[in-house]
Amino acid sequence: MKLLKYFSLLAIALFFSCSSDDDNILPINETEDLILVKNFENNQHTISVYNQTGMFELGYNKIYFQIKEGDTFIDNAQVSWKPMMHMMNMSHSCPYSSITRKPNTETLYEGYIVFQMPGNETEHWELTFDYTINGEEFTVSETITVPPSDKKRVNVFMGSDDVRYIVVLIEPSDPKVALNDMTAGVFKMDNMMHFPVVDNYTLKIDPRMPGMGNHSSPNNQHLTQSNSDQLYHGKLSLTMTGYWKINLQLLNAQDEVLKGEEVTETNESSSIYFEIEF
Amino acid sequence: MKKIQILGILLLSINVLNAQEVAQDSIVHKLSEVVLVGNATNKHHNENKSLATIEDYLSASPSVDFIKRGAYAWEPMVQGMATERSVVTIDGMRIYGACTDKMDPITSYVEISNLSKATINIGQQGAENGATIAGGIDLERRKTGFRNNGWKGSVQTGLESVNEQKIAGAALQYSSNTFFSDVDVMYRNAENYSAGGGGEVLYSQFTKYNLSAITGYKWNDRQWLEASVIYDEARDVGYPALPMDVLLAQAFIGSMEYFALPESEKLTQWKTKLYYNTITHIMDDTQRPDVPIRMDMPGWSKTIGMYSKLNGTHNKHRWNLSVNTHYNNSLAEMTMFPENPDENEMFMLTWPDVGTLYAGVFAEDSFKLSEKFTVGFTVGLGVHHNSINDIFGLQSLQIFYPEMDDSKTRFLLNTGGRVVFQNNFWTHSIGLGYGERAPSVSEGYGFYLFNSFDAFDYIGNPEMMNEKSLEFNASTGFHNKAFSVKFNTAFYHISDYIIGKPDPDLSPMNIGINGVKVYEQLPYAQLWSNDISVSYEFLNGFTAKAKAIYRLGRDHNNENLPLIQPLTVETVLRYRKNLFYAEALVETATKQYDFSPEFGENQTPAYTIFNLALSQTFYINQQKMVLKAGAENLLDENYSTYADWNNIPRPGRNVYANVVYAF
Repeated sequence: MKLLKYFSLLAIALFFSCSSDDDNILPINETEDLILVKNFENNQHTISVYNQTGMFELGYNKIYFQIKEGDTFIDNAQVSWKPMMHMMNMSHSCPYSSITRKPNTETLYEGYIVFQMPGNETEHWELTFDYTINGEEFTVSETITVPPSDKKRVNVFMGSDDVRYIVVLIEPSDPKVALNDMTAGVFKMDNMMHFPVVDNYTLKIDPRMPGMGNHSSPNNQHLTQSNSDQLYHGKLSLTMTGYWKINLQLLNAQDEVLKGEEVTETNESSSIYFEIEF
Repeated sequence: MKKIQILGILLLSINVLNAQEVAQDSIVHKLSEVVLVGNATNKHHNENKSLATIEDYLSASPSVDFIKRGAYAWEPMVQGMATERSVVTIDGMRIYGACTDKMDPITSYVEISNLSKATINIGQQGAENGATIAGGIDLERRKTGFRNNGWKGSVQTGLESVNEQKIAGAALQYSSNTFFSDVDVMYRNAENYSAGGGGEVLYSQFTKYNLSAITGYKWNDRQWLEASVIYDEARDVGYPALPMDVLLAQAFIGSMEYFALPESEKLTQWKTKLYYNTITHIMDDTQRPDVPIRMDMPGWSKTIGMYSKLNGTHNKHRWNLSVNTHYNNSLAEMTMFPENPDENEMFMLTWPDVGTLYAGVFAEDSFKLSEKFTVGFTVGLGVHHNSINDIFGLQSLQIFYPEMDDSKTRFLLNTGGRVVFQNNFWTHSIGLGYGERAPSVSEGYGFYLFNSFDAFDYIGNPEMMNEKSLEFNASTGFHNKAFSVKFNTAFYHISDYIIGKPDPDLSPMNIGINGVKVYEQLPYAQLWSNDISVSYEFLNGFTAKAKAIYRLGRDHNNENLPLIQPLTVETVLRYRKNLFYAEALVETATKQYDFSPEFGENQTPAYTIFNLALSQTFYINQQKMVLKAGAENLLDENYSTYADWNNIPRPGRNVYANVVYAF
């Protein structure tokens, strides 16, 4: 008898808990795992810019945003963007992707920007969105903050072919003591506004721990370009936590070294490198 | 009947003949000798130094030697093979050391005062408690049993000059017909020792506490239960041969055992034990003034296990059947502290939380063919399963082995057989064996384990096959009332021999060392182990003894294997009269002709040392006092043996005194 009571109570509890689930269908919160960086507002729309950390950083920035008119998400805008660095006597842009709708989401747009230098008191970055909704054009623009970073994740240099290159670390963003998937972007500067991806280069890596007698790790794979995302992919093995310097060498399609030196007994480090600490 | 039993026992171990010799003479007897609480076995006080270390006692066996990294916790070698190839147990219990540098062998977690004997079985005869190549050592602890002796006790103390070692211990026993309890405590404290000719060996100090208790309760004539604990703690243990010391080595070892004497006449005894042990080993370099980088290397090992053993006799058979299983978890980590305090600590798992599950059955039988011939065989089958329980550790190893799984299962076969001939004066035996073992935790899963001998970092290899050994052994012995001689030889052909080989492509982790070695398997290696012992009694009270050991180890290219004992000879002259006893010993080793430069070995020079020991026992009513004094390395020779890690010199002249008072 007691058992029966217990079961009926259990059944009632189950029933209510089920029904309460059914009653409150919440709209999917697609920014749940993201942090708001900044709202860009004009008269009609608000563009809310998100990323994983809530702030822009020097180097590679994966960026998500939503366009809202009042409380309504707009999912059919044609969007382009332009980041601009305003310096004392000149302005220039940086490498950035085109914008796409994030697959399998209702509201999110995505893209990336590579800030190759930080802003400061006299020099600042400005981000402009130009977008078209149902044939009508809009624009919005805001100054953004890109602070300096204590770890080097982006290299800007002149190659031996007299071309200016930007090499940026993308992954691992969460490094592990493991064979990590490594991704980098390799761009060249055509002019102050145009920084296309370069094709068929090789980015050689040599991870080292300067604090451990320049210990290196095995089974690294140099980064080569992938057809799917145009970025450069390889494998980075990290044998312990701590501070790692990923020494780099950039090779063109003819395997000629454009920048970077091999690490040897006498040469502790390359002139281009990334820093990882975890 | 008794004769058959004795023969049976003899048969079952490879050391059978040895066992007899050893049993009557050295190991077994010596270890029980130390008790000094009036046990019947204690008829000769032929042990020089009752408070010597367990290593000293075990060294009396020609099959056992030790790798020495300092003054404490030497690593036992059986038949010239280190701990990966042997199985060392305490009362049948499997225990895994928690130190990645093998600074805490199982033998370091017991004290001499609570052991009664060590049973050494070489080769496949030692596979009862697990798969082995070299053999097994079982350390059997002392217990009073249901003797109805009432209260007994003893206190003991000792001093040693070479390292200002202070030893103090006490034991208390109570026994009735249905209950017994043995409690024993021991304390040792030693400063740095001095090498021969002077010169302090820095970082050779240690302090050790050991508590051991066994209690038994018998509720009827055929059944009883025993519970036992060991708590062992060593602190501030220096390892002069290594770049680090041990802050703490702590062991808790507990068990419950059920005994039954079956009613059937064919069954002799049935015993079943459940056990658990946990080891914590904290290594650090805080005492070292000058290191490339500060590091901490703690390790933990936990083992739970059981066995059940049944003995019986049937016609001319004497058999023993056992099942045993255990699960061990080994975890070790390393944290390095960068010089720049703003940088993150460097952390790695050096043993990636490795689980080892072993389950095996073992059977042995000896059959008396005729009055003089007996045959015996053993067979053991085991399942060995390794798993990596920590994703961090698994991913670390996948840097080297991208395809590796987080677990691996192996099947291990260990079997052997022998024929023994025995008449009144002669005993001959000949035996064959085949055994397999799994790689050890370090060999399979170690991650940048620094070996200070060859100055290489070692990386484990989870993809190795079992190591397999084919062995042949023979012994012959003669004894009459005054004279005995015995010769043992054993040959091991070990296929897929596991050893670390340098990989020039890998970059060492530790600073300023020679490189990285990865464990791999040689097609084969061969070991040949020989010893001869002679004893002669004369002039009523004098005994002259000599023991010689020679081993040879070569790989498939005929290159020397590391840590192989050169010809070593020990000669002893004893005089005993009533309760007085004196002994002079000369130990000499030839130059190490066969050494392995690849392993970082250099040629160890020849040496000769002299020891002297005196002992006197006094009886006062029911109480007994034993005084022992002696000197080791009397001529203060500066020497090291082949097994001294990094050629750290052995202690110089050591004068000691031990006093035991028993009531």
